[in-house]
Amino acid sequence: MWIFLCTEVLFFGGLLASYNIYRYLYFSAFRTGSHHLAVVWGATNTAVLICSSLTMALAVRAAQMGKRNLLITFLVLTLIFGLAFLAIKFGFEWRHEYLDGLAPGVNFTYTGPNARHVELFMFFYFALTGLHALHMIVGAGVMIGLIIMAARGAFSKGHCNAVEIAGLYWHFVDIVWIFLFPLLYLIGGRY
Amino acid sequence: MGTANAAALQSPAEGYAAENYLNAKYGIKSWLLTTDHKRIAWLYFLSTTFFFIVGGLAATLMRLNLIQPQGLLLEPETYNKMFTIHGTVMIFFFLAPAVPTVLGNFLIPMMIGARDVAFPKLNLLSWYIFITAGMVLLYSVIAGGVDTGWTFYTPLSTSYVNTHVISAAMAVFISGFSSILTGLNFIVTIHKMRAPGLTWFRLPLFIWALYATSFIFVLAMPVIAITMVLVMLERFFHVGIFDPALGGDPVLFQHLFWFFGHPEVYILILPSMGVISELIAAFSRRRIFGYSLVAFSSFGIAIVSFIVWGHHMFVSGQSVYAGIFFSAMSMAVAIPSAIKVFNWTATLYKGSISFEAPMLYALGFIGLFTIGGLTGVFLATMGLDVFLHDTYFVVAHFHYVMVGGAIMGYMGGLHYWWPKMTGKMYPDYWARLSAFIIFVGFNLTFGPQFILGFLGMPRRYAIYPAQFQTLNIMSSAGASILAVGYLMPMIYLIWSLKYGADAGPNPWKAKGLEWETASPPPTHNFERTPVVTEEAYAYGSEPAHAATVAS
Amino acid sequence: MPENVVHIESKKLYITIWFALLCFTALTTGVAYIDLGPFNTVVALVIAIFKASLVVFFFMHARHSERLVRVVIACAVFWLLILISISMTDFATRKRMPGPQWFQSQPLILQHLQPGPTS
Repeated sequence: MWIFLCTEVLFFGGLLASYNIYRYLYFSAFRTGSHHLAVVWGATNTAVLICSSLTMALAVRAAQMGKRNLLITFLVLTLIFGLAFLAIKFGFEWRHEYLDGLAPGVNFTYTGPNARHVELFMFFYFALTGLHALHMIVGAGVMIGLIIMAARGAFSKGHCNAVEIAGLYWHFVDIVWIFLFPLLYLIGGRY
Repeated sequence: MGTANAAALQSPAEGYAAENYLNAKYGIKSWLLTTDHKRIAWLYFLSTTFFFIVGGLAATLMRLNLIQPQGLLLEPETYNKMFTIHGTVMIFFFLAPAVPTVLGNFLIPMMIGARDVAFPKLNLLSWYIFITAGMVLLYSVIAGGVDTGWTFYTPLSTSYVNTHVISAAMAVFISGFSSILTGLNFIVTIHKMRAPGLTWFRLPLFIWALYATSFIFVLAMPVIAITMVLVMLERFFHVGIFDPALGGDPVLFQHLFWFFGHPEVYILILPSMGVISELIAAFSRRRIFGYSLVAFSSFGIAIVSFIVWGHHMFVSGQSVYAGIFFSAMSMAVAIPSAIKVFNWTATLYKGSISFEAPMLYALGFIGLFTIGGLTGVFLATMGLDVFLHDTYFVVAHFHYVMVGGAIMGYMGGLHYWWPKMTGKMYPDYWARLSAFIIFVGFNLTFGPQFILGFLGMPRRYAIYPAQFQTLNIMSSAGASILAVGYLMPMIYLIWSLKYGADAGPNPWKAKGLEWETASPPPTHNFERTPVVTEEAYAYGSEPAHAATVAS
Repeated sequence: MPENVVHIESKKLYITIWFALLCFTALTTGVAYIDLGPFNTVVALVIAIFKASLVVFFFMHARHSERLVRVVIACAVFWLLILISISMTDFATRKRMPGPQWFQSQPLILQHLQPGPTS
């Protein structure tokens, strides 16, 4: 799984490298675009994911100790946090950005200085958070699978490889967001 | 051929092994749902050969068209689709899988004394992902094709063409995951499943080469994946990051593409280099000169290949200072390749050389790869590249390394390990004849293209000025000879399956764990886990076999 | 990937790390509202790297993992940096050519290629 996460680093990395280049070229437009994002939701989502990482780590710990009910509890909590993240992202953030006319390709009506570069920023915002959300959805699916397997007694002390590996994946998706939050929401400062 | 532990030694059965992985189970399900790495290798062999034929047909149409300056039979748009299909199919669906998934899948566990790879089911999944990607690509071709070139440069691919870019990009995207999973599998297998006594520096150099290749798979493939995603998004939503109207930069696409693309070409050559190490050692009956240098050079190539990508973009508007860096690094990457060539040559010196078909391919490789590699250094020189970029010189260069290098390595390896994989020997006379025909046909096809490039004929053009016609006709004539050369193995290798002589476990009397077991091998590869007590390629020393212990 | 010895971390450790992550999130959000000029980005990235390291070392058990895992992590990070930095060198070192209006506004004698104000 570590090797697979290596590939994921490079996968997001391509987008991040491009983002970095355009941020360098069009700093003020990107800052303007960033100010249209709601820090409140971004920070909340960060907190939600950090909580989910805690519950995931505790789930792995429960699996390692062979405690089935505890494992299921923590897996369910992790799933709930993950779904909460997705709900905030899609239900609140994306919906508002679409309604505000900030969604490139579908509904982009922003007219201000450097509107085209702001559109570029919004493309990156949707591409990065969309890719991240896709990984979260996969993660949520994995959680459901693990819950079912755990309920059937598939894991025991010393035989919980799948949980550990899923944990690695989940924490990785959290780490991606840890970087996306400042890079998208906080660039150039919010003063 | 005894050892101190002769009592524990079990010689594999002479002749054709009665119970082997091929007849262990019958029926289509036993093949399509197999997790045996050897059967998966055959699945890949059949699918990659199919794609080789598809790519070859596209090339045939191209070379036929180029017989006449105004184009013999294709409209320019169709010609564009031909070279795109040729490139995409040959690179992603033939060359990248060929040596790693066919020879690598079959041989890695055998060479390290293991029963299978680390994740056999993942191995099968890789093949299914590959087939899915192939289906998507065939759809793209049948629905009308793509004409952007295999490099999908923006803004042509994103904003201007009306062809099936999204499906072609999707096919490439999916195939990347097949390779990633294969690379992942190999890395873990080589780290975790070596037989007792098989330390890193006793590994065959083929394993080192495939390890380095897997390293590149894992780090480069994701970047083409995200690049293809971005191209698809830009085509679908009509807004994207390469669009100059938004302030985007098409050169950024080129950066992302070639960050993958250059390591990709080293993916194509490194495994074949590994094969050549095996062939040279076996057919000069000597240990490879400078074993550790050759092993490290595989990694040197893999690592440096990641910092040279800008040499594809010298004339694209990239900054001159970046160009200087990339030019210098491109010179540097020639060094590990040269180390290999020198070491192979030194191995040949005072070796007892025999000229069976695999050796002919290996010797051909050394010569042709050297030419291809040196012309690469020509192109790495920025001043010269300004004139040679996008001419037939580049085409000749990469065909020398890809065909004269990688494919000859693959053919050599196929012939060398065919007796192990099938238990049958092919007719050596016909094999040597076709190696010779391939060599002649190849040089006749691509040698003139160096001259064409220097004279200024651009690549990817369906029509050309009349003064280039003679050389083009030579090239097309060579291509027809090359085609005959490739057709012949298809015939005699299939022939050998039924009528070939039984090969026995070690027809070449070569060193290596894969030769210590029956031909074809049993499903579990070895009757007992081998224990390795001697260095790799320990020719000219007794004992010939490694001792074995009960597993 | 499977370790020979399973290190089971304590609940207390996980909760401590969780709390630290939340604190640093609050910190990075708060600092963004202070004008530090170019250092805003630096601070934000440093905090993000620190948070990511906490997750990798403690939640992902990297501190108890074998050397191979750490090499893999280092490679991933290093290669990402290669991609970002070297592609940056192209864009950072290009000469920005002035637009046509600037040329036409210059006296004839100066109308040869010279870096000037970007259009």
